[in-house]
Amino acid sequence: MRTPKKRRLYLVLACGLCFSAAVGLSLAAFSTSLTYFLSPRQVVAKAPAVGQSFRLGGVVEAGSVLTTLAGETPTTHFAVTDGRAAVNVTYTGVLPDLFREGQGVVAIGSMGPGGSFVADEVLAKHGAAYMPKDVEQSLKQAGKWDPKFGPPPDASSWNTMTVKAGS
Amino acid sequence: MIPELGHFALACAVALAFAQGVVGIFGPGLRDPRAMTATPLLACSHFAAIGAAFLALVWAGVVSDFTVENIADFSSAAVPLLYRISGVWGNHDGSILLWCLILSLCGLAVALFGGELPASLRARVLGVMGLISGGFLLFTLTVSDPFVRLWPPPLDGAGMNPILQDPGLAFHPPVLYTGYVGFSVAFAFAIAALIEGKVDAAFGRWVRPWALVSWCFLTSGIALGSWWSYYTLGWGGYWFWDPVENASLLPWLTGTALLHCAIVVEKREALKAWTVLLAIATFSLSLTGTFLVRSGILNSVHSFAAAPDQGLFILALLGLTIGGSLLLFAIRAPVLAAAGIYAPISRESALVLNNVFLCAIAAVVFTGTLYPPFANLLFGIQLSVGAPFFNQTVLPLAAPIIIAMGVGPLLAWKRADFYPVVQRLYLAGGVAGVVFLVMVADRHIVAALGLAGGVWVLMSACTDLAQRVQLFRIPLAHSAARFVALPRAAIGAALGHFGFGITVLGIAGMTLAVQSVVVLQPGQSARLGGYVWTLTDMHDAPGPNYTQRVADITVANSSGVFLHLSPSRRFFAAQGTTTNDAAIHTNGFQDLYSVFADEPAGGGAELRLNVQPMAPEIWLGGLIMALGGFFSLSDRRLRVGAPARRKETVAVTP
Repeated sequence: MRTPKKRRLYLVLACGLCFSAAVGLSLAAFSTSLTYFLSPRQVVAKAPAVGQSFRLGGVVEAGSVLTTLAGETPTTHFAVTDGRAAVNVTYTGVLPDLFREGQGVVAIGSMGPGGSFVADEVLAKHGAAYMPKDVEQSLKQAGKWDPKFGPPPDASSWNTMTVKAGS
Repeated sequence: MIPELGHFALACAVALAFAQGVVGIFGPGLRDPRAMTATPLLACSHFAAIGAAFLALVWAGVVSDFTVENIADFSSAAVPLLYRISGVWGNHDGSILLWCLILSLCGLAVALFGGELPASLRARVLGVMGLISGGFLLFTLTVSDPFVRLWPPPLDGAGMNPILQDPGLAFHPPVLYTGYVGFSVAFAFAIAALIEGKVDAAFGRWVRPWALVSWCFLTSGIALGSWWSYYTLGWGGYWFWDPVENASLLPWLTGTALLHCAIVVEKREALKAWTVLLAIATFSLSLTGTFLVRSGILNSVHSFAAAPDQGLFILALLGLTIGGSLLLFAIRAPVLAAAGIYAPISRESALVLNNVFLCAIAAVVFTGTLYPPFANLLFGIQLSVGAPFFNQTVLPLAAPIIIAMGVGPLLAWKRADFYPVVQRLYLAGGVAGVVFLVMVADRHIVAALGLAGGVWVLMSACTDLAQRVQLFRIPLAHSAARFVALPRAAIGAALGHFGFGITVLGIAGMTLAVQSVVVLQPGQSARLGGYVWTLTDMHDAPGPNYTQRVADITVANSSGVFLHLSPSRRFFAAQGTTTNDAAIHTNGFQDLYSVFADEPAGGGAELRLNVQPMAPEIWLGGLIMALGGFFSLSDRRLRVGAPARRKETVAVTP
């Protein structure tokens, strides 16, 4: 380590080591902790493995919300729909204030053994008129709503609304 | 009338900013002394023009002038005065105007306090800032005009988002923006130095105070935002890894690296090109943080709805600023040859290590934040990157920094011996080890590592100061005298490290937090964290522009009831929304946190109760870090301009 060249080598080695550590860590984390967004239709078609975390987005189906008490702990059951299919969700905890029937929500969690989605977290933190981006996308794909044509229709109509042939 | 004057002032500001940019950048090249004197004056008038425009908008907000669309959309007559003012920057158009105001304020500061700078450098620095300001003012004026009129005016405004009606949020954006924008000065210095082709110790000396001021503001801004989200959003956490939070963390990371390597430039004239690159990167990340996120490209809670043409304009501006500066760097960087050489074990190496790891963390956070929109764009998959990713990647990379933070300040410049330093740190290491063992015995591995790290950092910061004043080796009075005589930068640095240690303690303590969601009828109680929480009563209470429902909770420990908490649910009729107002009791080392979540159909109250160990330390640490920075700023060395006062009296008199 007498020459500047060798010193620079140390520096480059240290940097290289650090950045390969960073890349390695990121790749490892990418392979395990990326959460995909799925619409109810995709979940019904091909449900992810039990315990694999993903985000489920859609509209809370009208008339589906039911809260039960186990001891002192409240558990809420509701269905999330994109107009084509619906997935039952159970959630234990505090629902956001904007949570209501017909509201676009994103639930983070995984499929439980009973075939219903067990949410660890339910997000509905946008304004009442706002639709989460992912949900908007999946509604569009289901042929139910396009933001170009005004606000989303009432959620009670989601499952019965006619869908244009071919969409 | 007043809004039109404001609009006119804004148009003047655009012209003045571009004039400042062109005169400042090309004047020195033409060796025109008039340009050198004109630039600071242009910077002053540019500030005055934006100031007038901003005041006009604030005035419209204060008197609730609903003919201004911006006010009608985001304010209402019932909103208290403080929020009528803060509402001005609580929306997209107004917040960009505030951003420009702070940028011109920085320019004003350079014009006023830059008397020690060589006239050509000052003109170029101001020129660069003028161009940036001009670009964003043009954006404000053309596609995001806050002064658009509305006719006929509505009887009342649409009102303000209730969760923004909070003193914490009133001050969070200006403080954070000052942090973001302050780095524009370091950026402008870097660009000016690249144009001049000269980066020397003096450059480090000029850049450091500016970087330090903005770093302090950024630190306080982030801490304030995190604290606000902790006590108003009622979710019990303090950091969500939301894109906007990450966007503020990124310039903080590179800004911290910049602070540290500016020291190396100043003392040892090494790492010059790297420092310049960091200055460019930090401001670029600040720009990205403010605008990319707000343009709606990233899906975030914070994004304001923006029109597509705004997004394009912003992307073009970002591309020009960042691309242009990187291009200039690529052309000019080879000129910046390093002078100082140093051994692998030395203060310089420790600072390089700090830089490398900070940048690695920044790179990881950047990847995690920007991957989802790119994946959507390129592969059409919708995915999100959440807390697990960041915890898995950031924490392992932060560990070496925490270890090095204890050792680094004790190493000598140029060439150091490792073992004497390690010997001095036996106390810090010992205490950290004991903390680790105690916590591991309780089977809290993560908390044990974090707490030990925090204790290590703050103990070694104390050791650093104790070594400098030779505590217990010479009489106490002599030590005290030495302490007073210490350079304030040294005390500030130790204080900054100490604060970081406190924050690490807080974050580690929060991993032990416990939470419970319960539905209680009045008179019932629940147990959590060794306390008995009893719901005693629920009642209505009035508020200024809301009505609220309050739950009264008593908390008892083994010796009886010691605390009353009153979380409430507030109903804002103007927006038809309800917010939760959490009731938090802190004893400095533990928060008892309660949220009145809902009134279920079966009666009673749905409550969320949290016991949060060490939570206050997170923000206390941030505050201490910022204080350390400000204290360091008061150092004499940083106030003096150039190292040698070469009073070259070039004829700059008009």
